[in-house]
Amino acid sequence: MTTASVPLPAWINYGLIPLLNLILAFFFSGLVVWAIGESPFEALQLLLIGALGRGEGIGFTLFYTTSFIFTGLSVAVAIHAGLFNIGSEGQAYLGGLGAALVALAMDHYVPWYVTMPFAVIGAALFGAACAAIPAWLQAKRGSHIVITTIMFNFIVSSLMNYMLVRVLIVPGKMAPETRTFLPGGQLPKLDWLIAMFGGKLGAAPLNFSFLIALIMCFLVWVLIWRTKLGYEMRTLGISPTAASYAGIRYSKIVMITMLISGGLAGMMALNPVMGASARLQIEFVGGAGFVGIAVSLMGRNHPAGIILAALLFGILYQGGAELSFDMPSITRDMIVVIQGMVILFAGALEYMLRPAIVRFYQQLTGK
Amino acid sequence: MDYFDIFISILGSAIRLSIPLLFTALAGLFSERAGIFDIGLEGKMLASAFAAACVAYWTGNAWLGLLGGIGVSIVFSFVHGFASITNRGNQIVSGVALNFVAAGLTIVLGQAWFRQGGRTGQVPPEGRFSSIVLPGADMMRDVPIIGPLYAHVISGNNILTYIAFLMVPISWWVLYRTRFGLRLRAVGENPGAVDTAGISVAWMRYRSLIVAGFLCGFAGTYLSIAQSAAFINNMSAGKGYIALAALIFAKWKPVPVMLACLLFGFLDAFANFMQGKSLPLIGEVPVQIFQALPYILTCVLLAGFIGTARPPKAGGVPYTKER
Repeated sequence: MTTASVPLPAWINYGLIPLLNLILAFFFSGLVVWAIGESPFEALQLLLIGALGRGEGIGFTLFYTTSFIFTGLSVAVAIHAGLFNIGSEGQAYLGGLGAALVALAMDHYVPWYVTMPFAVIGAALFGAACAAIPAWLQAKRGSHIVITTIMFNFIVSSLMNYMLVRVLIVPGKMAPETRTFLPGGQLPKLDWLIAMFGGKLGAAPLNFSFLIALIMCFLVWVLIWRTKLGYEMRTLGISPTAASYAGIRYSKIVMITMLISGGLAGMMALNPVMGASARLQIEFVGGAGFVGIAVSLMGRNHPAGIILAALLFGILYQGGAELSFDMPSITRDMIVVIQGMVILFAGALEYMLRPAIVRFYQQLTGK
Repeated sequence: MDYFDIFISILGSAIRLSIPLLFTALAGLFSERAGIFDIGLEGKMLASAFAAACVAYWTGNAWLGLLGGIGVSIVFSFVHGFASITNRGNQIVSGVALNFVAAGLTIVLGQAWFRQGGRTGQVPPEGRFSSIVLPGADMMRDVPIIGPLYAHVISGNNILTYIAFLMVPISWWVLYRTRFGLRLRAVGENPGAVDTAGISVAWMRYRSLIVAGFLCGFAGTYLSIAQSAAFINNMSAGKGYIALAALIFAKWKPVPVMLACLLFGFLDAFANFMQGKSLPLIGEVPVQIFQALPYILTCVLLAGFIGTARPPKAGGVPYTKER
């Protein structure tokens, strides 16, 4: 008998298997560290201390976590409807334009808490706009969403390049970026959150968008598991034919799902653009959209899991940066390798260990 | 410079820019025709560029470099196959993972081995593929129209360029005129039927991935030791995705793949040429439009406005035997 259809208890499915996959990913990453002549254990220790040792480190870790929660949610929402949105990267990039335009327009006149809701809407609208055409192509013309969203990553990249180099650049400056937003266009730092635990935020850019990310996690949970729309999305994701038989309109759900997904990705831009650098910079997304794929996979597309997975990647990002200071022979790009390994083992190879675990479980329970 | 000379020089650089696309798109052709989506083309190209540069640097032999590039590319193909064929994982996720691993590993290893911020050492001239002057190129130079075309576009390329164009008819022949090709295409359309005929779907798909790895190795090698003289950080710079776009634009057929790659190469060369220049009547055209054009064209095609692009039917779906 094959093992694929044997049901396993939740703690194995959602706890043990992801954990074992993660350990494998770290094992192979450790091999790379060992191969270039450094101690993997020492590296891991430096990484953890760098990410969690001081208040500033934690601030940076949570800053990265914020971005990954947004992009992770973006990918997860689409996956629930059976759509693979690989374009969170581009949607976040265009979302930055939305946030920046709002900040540039309002920062002279109003305090940040007036600007913020408009910026959230602006970022989400621009992100959703970027997802709209691939969504329409999938819904109405049957073009594969994976391919079109990849294409849109590049189209947006060219567009933003043009906007920053030709339109939004400060006259007389060389750097392709907008002017620095006044405090009315910035999101405040969360010093008090770190101070509550007795640490100091220092230069870390942890900001208000962290709280927005947590609110979005809750809203996504409500949407997917507590609303009619979420039910229809999940139905479509599990069985498109059953969904159509039940009278769920395919093109409508695809459009709505992708708009939400793009909107969530767009909101990611609030964190680096309005929270950290207070200006729109070129290539500010820096791969966070692709990390979102890994985060969503690891978090099993559930907001709670996504927070944990985003935290893991936040630790990797911040710890990896610190690690490259302490061990000069390991560059910052080691985290890219670890990411790749995590996506490979927790994502593509997620069923590799399952047959062995099923057999072990059956022996253990005597069935 | 008169317009014809400009045209010839753009055409020459278009050919040079389209070669990595051509190898990679042909690689994608084999894997996608067998029903395996290959987002990891980008990573394979990058990894093989790195391997080729390393081997050529150490041995001073370009052909060994090529072998190294092909070897690493095939290893990546095997990982992709292990994840998506043997373990029935998601092919897109596996490809994304390989792109990450390649992007990170090339820099980490490059820094550890060469300590030049991710660059490899400068490959000596004998470790590179240099341009070949075809017989009679100098003599022909003064013949109007055909002369410059022969001397600057057809002659003066390196051996990999000619291999790339040779691969087009070979790929066509393998896919459409051999038993292997027929089965490969069948496995991408209806793996159940192939299985019923007693042919292993998994092994067929593995073989298609090996071919893809082989071709992708050429693309990476071309980047690092034919077009330039060292590996540079992230030197594939999205070419794997443009090749993917070209493959779709060509509707998964070998000869159109060549034409699509030449078109996209031409756009790239034209964008380079147009940098800072202005057209009559229109004025200065932003280069970003040319950079985005391959992707826009592919989307328009996918939307069904220029014919229809029908992908292999079983693409992206792991094959499970019925129980």
